[in-house]
Amino acid sequence: MEEGYLYYPGCTLKTKASDYEESAMAVMEALGKPLVEMDDWYCCGAVQSLTEDDIMHQIAPIRTMCCAQEQGEKEVVTLCDMCYNVLKQANERMKEKPDDLETMNEFLTEDPDYLGEVDVHHIFEILRDMKDEIKKKVKKPITDLKIAPYYGCMLLRPDHVAIDDTEDPHIMEGLLEAIGAEVIHNPKRTECCGSYHTVNRSDIVEKRVEDIVSRAVKDGADAIALSCPLCQFNLDFHQRNTEYDIPVFYLTELIALAMGIEVGMEKHKIDPKSLLKDKKILE
Amino acid sequence: MSEDEENREMIEIFVMGKRYKVPKGLTIMTALEYAGYKYVRGCGCRGGFCGACATIYRTEDEYKFKMDLACQTAVQDGMFLVQLPFVPAVREDFDIEEVDPKENDNVMLDYYSEIARCVSCNTCTKACPQDIEAMDYVQAALRGDVERCADLSFDCIQCGLCSIRCPADIKHYHLAQLARRITGRYIHEHSDELEKRVQEIKNGEYDDKMKEMVEMEMEELKKLYEERDIREEG
Ligand code: FES
Repeated sequence: MEEGYLYYPGCTLKTKASDYEESAMAVMEALGKPLVEMDDWYCCGAVQSLTEDDIMHQIAPIRTMCCAQEQGEKEVVTLCDMCYNVLKQANERMKEKPDDLETMNEFLTEDPDYLGEVDVHHIFEILRDMKDEIKKKVKKPITDLKIAPYYGCMLLRPDHVAIDDTEDPHIMEGLLEAIGAEVIHNPKRTECCGSYHTVNRSDIVEKRVEDIVSRAVKDGADAIALSCPLCQFNLDFHQRNTEYDIPVFYLTELIALAMGIEVGMEKHKIDPKSLLKDKKILE
Repeated sequence: MSEDEENREMIEIFVMGKRYKVPKGLTIMTALEYAGYKYVRGCGCRGGFCGACATIYRTEDEYKFKMDLACQTAVQDGMFLVQLPFVPAVREDFDIEEVDPKENDNVMLDYYSEIARCVSCNTCTKACPQDIEAMDYVQAALRGDVERCADLSFDCIQCGLCSIRCPADIKHYHLAQLARRITGRYIHEHSDELEKRVQEIKNGEYDDKMKEMVEMEMEELKKLYEERDIREEG
C-alpha cells in the first residue's frame, strides 16, 4: 500500500488494548505511513493450533489473508503479538503445504482461492526499519526514563516466525535508544508472562510477573515497555499482589510521547502519568 | 391411485425416514400436512416471520445438510427431512440497566463468552434462512462493536439453525438479541415519539378502537388490514 500499511487490528485492540491502537496509529500517521484498517477481518482465534491435521483452526487467519488479497495487498501489519503469531504461523503453513492450502480453498467456497502471496508483519519490524525517521521526529527525548524492554513469547517463538533473535532480541532496545530512553537490560525479557493462565490460574501468572518485574526493578527500571496486550494486562494487573507498581507501557506510547504526540493511556491499571510527570515528560 | 394423484404431478419425500408421495409445488409445511402430520409445535405465522418452522434436509445429489423454513420452501423430489421445532440454547439473564457498552468495552463477551471460540467457519451464515451474515455479527460482538452486531442481525427470526450447526456452540440468536437490546437502550437516539405513543396507550386513547377490532368479523378485519395506510402522518 503506497500511502501506508494495511492494518489488521484484532479484537483486543478494539477493546482492552485501545491505548495501543491509538498510540500506534498516531505514531505511524506522524511518520507519514498511516495504518489503514482492513475493510474486513476476522478474529485470529488467539491460539495457534499445533495439531497437524487441524485445518479448522487455520480458517480464521486465512480468511483474513483472503481479505487482504481481495483488497489487492501483499502485506498485513499487526500490533498484537498473539495475532501476529497466529496469522503468521497459519499463513506460513499454507505457503509451505500446498495440500493444506488446497483443502482450505475447497472449504472457503464463498471466497476466491487464497493464493498464498500475502505476508504478515509485526509493527516492530516496520518501526525498526523507520528508526532514522523516528529519530528525526523526536521532539522531547525521554532521557530520564529507565525502561526495561519485555518481549515475552509470541514475537520470538517459534523460531521460524520470530521477528528477531530468539534468545537475544534487540528491536526494542534500538527503538528505545532512538527516542532517548535509558535501556535497562532485563535477562527475563524473553520469558513467558503466564499468558492465558490468567483466566483460571492467576497464581502461576503472579509468580511469573513477580519474577520478571522484580528483576527489572532491581536493575533500576522505572517502567517496562512491550507490545503484547495480554502481557501488558498480566504485567500491569498482576503487580497488585507484589511489592511493585511500575507502569507497563506499550512501546508505541513511549514513541508517541517522545514525538510530542498526546496519548490517552486510559486503560492502564498502574497509572503511568505520575511517573511521567515526575520525569517532566508530562506537564 | 387417488383422484389427486391422477391430476397432479407427485414427488417422493422422506419425513423422518418414512416415504410419502406428495404433490409437487407444496411447501414443506403443507406437504407434511398433506402426508397426515398435524403441527402442534414448529408452526406459527406460515409467512416466514416467526421462525417456528426450522427444517433440516438433505437431497440425493448433495452430501451437505441444507436448512430452511418449512413454510417458505418448496418440497423437492427425494428430499430427506425433519422438522426442528425448538433449538435448545440457554439465554443468559441480564439487567438492561447494567449492560452499558460505554462502561464495559466488551459486555457481549461477558454474557456469551463462547463467542471467543468462533473459528470463522461461516457455517452459521450458510445455515441462515434469512441470509443474515451471522458469522460477521459474531465477529462484531467479539470486537465489542455492539451496534454492528445489532444491525447485521436485524432480520433474525430466531429459528436457531445457526446455533444448532455451530461447531463452537455459540448461541447466535440470543447473542444478537442482547446486542439489539443494548443498542436500543444505549446507542440509538432516544425517541420522543415512542414515549408519546406509549403514554397515549397508557391513557387509554386507543381502547375503544381496539375493542372495535376485537369484535370485527374476520373478513372485515382482513379488509381493514389490506387497506391500511402506513404512510407517515403529516
Ligand atoms: S411458520 Fe413462521 S416462519 Fe414458518
